[in-house]
Amino acid sequence: MQKMPAWAEVILVPLISLILAAFISALVILAIGENPWEALKLMVQGALGSTYGWGYTLYYATNFVFTGLAVAIAIHARLFNIGGEGQAMLGGVGVALVCLYMPWPHWTLALVAASLGAALAGAAWAAIPAFLQAKRGSHIVITTIMFNFIAAALLNYLLVGPMKPTGSMEPATTTFQPGTHLPTFQEMFSFGDQVLFRGTPANVSFFVAIAACVALWALIWRTRLGYEIRAFGHSEPAAKYAGINPTRIIMITMLISGGLAGMMAINNVMGEAERLVLNATEGAGFIGIAVALMGRSHPFGVFLAAILFGFLYQGGAELAFWTTIPRELIVVIQALVILFTGALDQMVRGPLERVFFAMRRPPKPDPRKVRTEATE
Amino acid sequence: MTFMKSLLGATAALAVTAGAALADPAVIFDLGGKFDKSFNESSWNGAERWAEETGGTYAEVELQSDAQREQAIRRFAEAGYNPVIMAGFSNQTALETVAPDYPDTTFVIIDAVVEAPNVRSVVFDEHEGSYLVGVLAAMASESGTVGFIGGMDIPLIRKFGCGYAQGVMDTNPDATVIANMTGTTPAAWNDPVKGSELTQAQISQGADVVFAAAGGTGVGVLQTAADQGILSIGVDSNQNYLHPGQVLTSMLKRVDNAVYDAMSAGPEVETGVQVMGVANGGVGVAVDENNADLITAEMQAAVDEAMAGIEDGSIEVHDYMSDETCPAVQF
Repeated sequence: MQKMPAWAEVILVPLISLILAAFISALVILAIGENPWEALKLMVQGALGSTYGWGYTLYYATNFVFTGLAVAIAIHARLFNIGGEGQAMLGGVGVALVCLYMPWPHWTLALVAASLGAALAGAAWAAIPAFLQAKRGSHIVITTIMFNFIAAALLNYLLVGPMKPTGSMEPATTTFQPGTHLPTFQEMFSFGDQVLFRGTPANVSFFVAIAACVALWALIWRTRLGYEIRAFGHSEPAAKYAGINPTRIIMITMLISGGLAGMMAINNVMGEAERLVLNATEGAGFIGIAVALMGRSHPFGVFLAAILFGFLYQGGAELAFWTTIPRELIVVIQALVILFTGALDQMVRGPLERVFFAMRRPPKPDPRKVRTEATE
Repeated sequence: MTFMKSLLGATAALAVTAGAALADPAVIFDLGGKFDKSFNESSWNGAERWAEETGGTYAEVELQSDAQREQAIRRFAEAGYNPVIMAGFSNQTALETVAPDYPDTTFVIIDAVVEAPNVRSVVFDEHEGSYLVGVLAAMASESGTVGFIGGMDIPLIRKFGCGYAQGVMDTNPDATVIANMTGTTPAAWNDPVKGSELTQAQISQGADVVFAAAGGTGVGVLQTAADQGILSIGVDSNQNYLHPGQVLTSMLKRVDNAVYDAMSAGPEVETGVQVMGVANGGVGVAVDENNADLITAEMQAAVDEAMAGIEDGSIEVHDYMSDETCPAVQF
């Protein structure tokens, strides 16, 4: 079987998809009478042109790294976990329990405890669908998506009832203890009079997300368990024949997946809001699916895709602030990118592969020549 | 477009321009969006009225997520907009955090109180306005049973219901008030189908006037009431026009006036808590050509009397939020 060179696979395909998405978005913006070039400039400037922009872009990206990794690890075992949203909500409950009811002397301790709480709660939420899949064959897609609704209802119940301070109008908990405040980028990187990342929510959990990427990479490609997960994903009968226990793999993979999704809460609940609000996840669990698909389930790819989606979110917010483009159309633009990079991936890949093979097939081409042709 | 470009420039040189020259007002709409036929639309109307009358311009944003609240307030404050106006109690926590960072900017928050020297907090005496429509409901009702349908079950909405029930009972001590809430989550603000079901249920219990204080859910209540031939009462904006001749009146909560006043006052808007009640036109009942036939001279006189009573203090309407109890009705 022939393959495209790795650089084309990893960079060229997503890039062309992005350009196509940008082109269609430009038509949309033109159609409502705004200037697409100005809009693009505004998005890039607003999301990447200042430490303020980066502060938000990286904040959103941190969310998407966690949920993207959660989907990615499951895909390696050929499990499709679309319950990241619900698992992240439960992660928020875990964080809230840790941060509300226990006094913490220092944020490092609180961060470790909250990460554990979030991961445990998220993993617990993923455990039931995993068990049903492993023991009863109930399809994981169905059960995880249904658990999203149950999670939303549970969170409603908690925030309207037991966890809401009396007399408050908002379905939200009180603000967490001061000892649980995570250092933001503003506090970490500002020096002297130079205030960087002013007022942005990016915080230390971004580095936890990077650590999670590295850890997951090591787990998948450098450990026996990772090998078993991948083997199971490629062929269940072969894995069984090799002595791999499917129940164990499904359970462990989904627990890791749910735990990662849950850990998103240390960023949005503990780092940003510092209290648990009703719609804290803002759909990040679903964005994680697109992130994992676009990142080809590789932790580094997930990281890059998460940054891209962070850019789209923050750039979209800037569009909302400074143009008259209605927010619904901003969602359309974001959706176009997801559509082209995720769902219509093959549309770009197919023709591109043909171009590469056409260039390669005739008389044993000189590799150097192919490279120059391709870059032209 | 040139205005846009100057904005782009302002964005680029953001850190430097903090607290600077523009001094145009900015309005932040809540998650419901500015065309929600209710609360946000009312503030949008106020902003548009100001823009029309003065020829001024203002910046606006419709929030997409909770994470954007603080961002939006900071963004506008840093770009030099003044005052920055936001509608909705959900912005309270965000504003409490942000307001001290921009002492030169004045903020206006509607429906919540934020204690800061540069914040004007506008709160409404919804219970007084609800009392007035309660008086009308009791007089219009033939069965002696009237209904109340709230949106999300929060103290603010109970405040509406409690004032309404008191108005009804003071006018007709034998009356029955049925009170229902649509739900306990924010989804209850926009569930016209459930609103319609609750209206049906209240009709079957004998109600012939229903008051909806439920945001978008109220549209379903008014629709069903009109279909079933009973009277309904709208809320926040004047909703009499939705079903001419079948909406008894609307309890006006003049969010538009609050926004308009703040914009007119400009950066020097007076800070502190501003209570909008019957006396200063903050709440009231809507009478226009759509319901002129429904409001008899006798009813109008009763409302005028009640308004005078509230103003001079001879009628004291119980505020649910003061002690979280309601003598007039059980929720």
